[in-house]
Amino acid sequence: MDLLQILSNSASSILSPATMGYALAALGLAVHFGYTGLINMGIAGFMAIGAYGYAIGVLTFGLEWWVAAIVGLVASAIFAVILGIPTLRLRGDYLAIVTIAAAEVVRLLFLTTAFDEYTGSADGLSGYHSSFRSANPLPQGTYGFGPFTYNETQWWVRIMGLVTLGIAVLVVWMLMRSPWGRVLKGVREDEDAVRALGKNVYAYKMQSLVLGGVLAAAGGIVYALPSAVSPGVYVTSLTFFVWTALLLGGAATVFGPLLGSLIFWVLQTFLSNFLPALVSAGVLPFMSQIQAGTLRFILVGVALMLLVIFMPQGILGNKKELTFVK
Amino acid sequence: MNPKTAAARRSRGGTLLTIGALFGVLFAFMSLTASPAFAADDDPYRISGNVQLDGEPLEGVRLVIDGPGGEQEVETDVAGQWRVGVPERGETYTVTLDEDTLPEGIAVVNPEDDTPAEVEVEVGAGGRVTVNFFIGEGERSVTSFADQLIQRIVQGLSFGLMLALAAVGLSLVFGTTGISNFAHGEMVTFGAIAALALVGPASLALPVWIGFPLAVILSAGLGLVLDMILWRPLRRRRVGVVQLMIVSIGLSLALRYTFQFFIGGGTSQLPFASEPKIPLFGAVQMSVIDMVSIAISVIVIVAFAVLLTRSRLGKATRAISDNPSLAAASGIDVDFVVRIVWVIAGGLAGLAGILYAYYRPGIKWDMGSQVLLLMFAAVILGGLGTAYGALVGAIIVGLLVEVSSLWIPADLKYASALFILIVILLFRPQGILGRRERIG
Repeated sequence: MDLLQILSNSASSILSPATMGYALAALGLAVHFGYTGLINMGIAGFMAIGAYGYAIGVLTFGLEWWVAAIVGLVASAIFAVILGIPTLRLRGDYLAIVTIAAAEVVRLLFLTTAFDEYTGSADGLSGYHSSFRSANPLPQGTYGFGPFTYNETQWWVRIMGLVTLGIAVLVVWMLMRSPWGRVLKGVREDEDAVRALGKNVYAYKMQSLVLGGVLAAAGGIVYALPSAVSPGVYVTSLTFFVWTALLLGGAATVFGPLLGSLIFWVLQTFLSNFLPALVSAGVLPFMSQIQAGTLRFILVGVALMLLVIFMPQGILGNKKELTFVK
Repeated sequence: MNPKTAAARRSRGGTLLTIGALFGVLFAFMSLTASPAFAADDDPYRISGNVQLDGEPLEGVRLVIDGPGGEQEVETDVAGQWRVGVPERGETYTVTLDEDTLPEGIAVVNPEDDTPAEVEVEVGAGGRVTVNFFIGEGERSVTSFADQLIQRIVQGLSFGLMLALAAVGLSLVFGTTGISNFAHGEMVTFGAIAALALVGPASLALPVWIGFPLAVILSAGLGLVLDMILWRPLRRRRVGVVQLMIVSIGLSLALRYTFQFFIGGGTSQLPFASEPKIPLFGAVQMSVIDMVSIAISVIVIVAFAVLLTRSRLGKATRAISDNPSLAAASGIDVDFVVRIVWVIAGGLAGLAGILYAYYRPGIKWDMGSQVLLLMFAAVILGGLGTAYGALVGAIIVGLLVEVSSLWIPADLKYASALFILIVILLFRPQGILGRRERIG
């Protein structure tokens, strides 16, 4: 077992596009759930719309990469509005079921062979990189040190991911300190009280849903930037993993989603290397390599249960600012 | 009528329109004609397909693809799949299936096409296209629409009854504890896997009449154990319903991957899963297993309804669904009744799992989560917390899923049920909220 290599791989995932994609999606979810109290279980649907919007924009319509990315974000905003109009009046757990159903409908629409020409159905989409890569200002070569050694294309993806994440964090941080953010928290704590103060609760919820949906779509695009869009990614498990990352870091915080995604992915990478290595070293008997790989997903489920029961505020959260108010 | 209701009515109409608009936009977005795009980068474009007869892949079927770039021949592989790379997109290719390479008595059938074995496809801007042939038995015999409809309705009833078994448990648990149990799908999977472990030829190989009841008892045991080690302690801690819902999501993930840990990612079959279908009337064909499964569903559901309405336990359950505090104050042992509810829900889910394993057919680690949302749709459609509602809702969902596939692609049939779920929630928000206010 090469422990050094395993640790290096784990450290490398700190800067992986998957981590940034999760962080953006979790930040969107923090706006939805942590600040507004909307239980959105359809975050995978928003990510799918962002990623497919980007890929279809480039492949089918031949757009520049940044125009296609905006198409993905706008499509997600439209989806948020259309989803929000009927569902925002529903009680918490109903909202959860409707959003998860809507995300599944979106996924099935991308998966069906009826639109194979545009969505690639089960194969997904790939080969949309040329426009994004041709905008790369970095000269050809390999840069970095230790586990963070990447070539110019990999750095370009990571830099754009970090820039997106930086802007998103700044925007959410500023918004949540503003009077607008305070109203959102008020909606979370006591909707009727906010309504009594003359605020249009429904409009605030809608704005929150759109903002978080756009962030999640950005996460979907960053996630899909380096490789391909595959419909098998946007299953309900993705939603649940993003929730785990969010609750781990702290739902009602700005930096919690970042920290949660970071820990989630570093641990996932570590376990996916470490557990099979333990098996091949004979430390974990009665288990095949594949079973050892499955074990980490079981641990995610158990971790989610324990988190919600014993530490609902997350690592960075304040116990007084309870996120599960209802 | 007070102005509030009128406003709500209007908004309901509005929301329906919006949902329609959502799908309109989605479809329009996807069906926009593609503009010819830039030059190729890496992959060659490709045409692919799948040749199957009643779900069984056909190997060694010869296809000829003609078009820009020349004529190519391909044969289907073991999985019945074929694919060829083509150099151009935005061009039309002709795919011809050589009927001589099909098995005896089999032909390509398509009522809307005079030369069904020859298909013209356009490789669009996406660069990929799938070609499927309709392959059936006999001399291009065509099933009439009415026959197809009846066939679908029968299948839908069978699926709906199976779904009802699982959904009544989900509904009861929601009614008595307020938990939207996302792990209910895994309880369904558990029943199927327990059955596989008991009667599967590779494991214990018990006779079916002992093995299946034992599997149902084991599933009921799972409900009991979960209540003992998880749900009851959480009730004691007075954990909120939203937290409970997320706990059930964590449980669902943990159980789902535990199943994968033990049975792997493949599909296994229960004994008698490939029984021949017996033609009954019209185009309706059913195997003995299908008929037995419908009979069992009906018997169990009727027995359950009698239990719920006639017995003391059933009355206590309904009392708790209505108002837990009042029920407790009237001397009902709420904890005991809730535990029984978990046991019954587990047993029914396990039974549904066995039937679902025959309906799919096959046992897979995530089979339960595939129907979880359909169960929620059934429960919400029929009215939350009421057992009859879940039954009616499940049958409607079952019929909808099967019958809708006459008009929409088969891989979108679950989407139709979920779409209806969203629409239904728009129709009855008052009922839902009104209930909450009453409990206070």
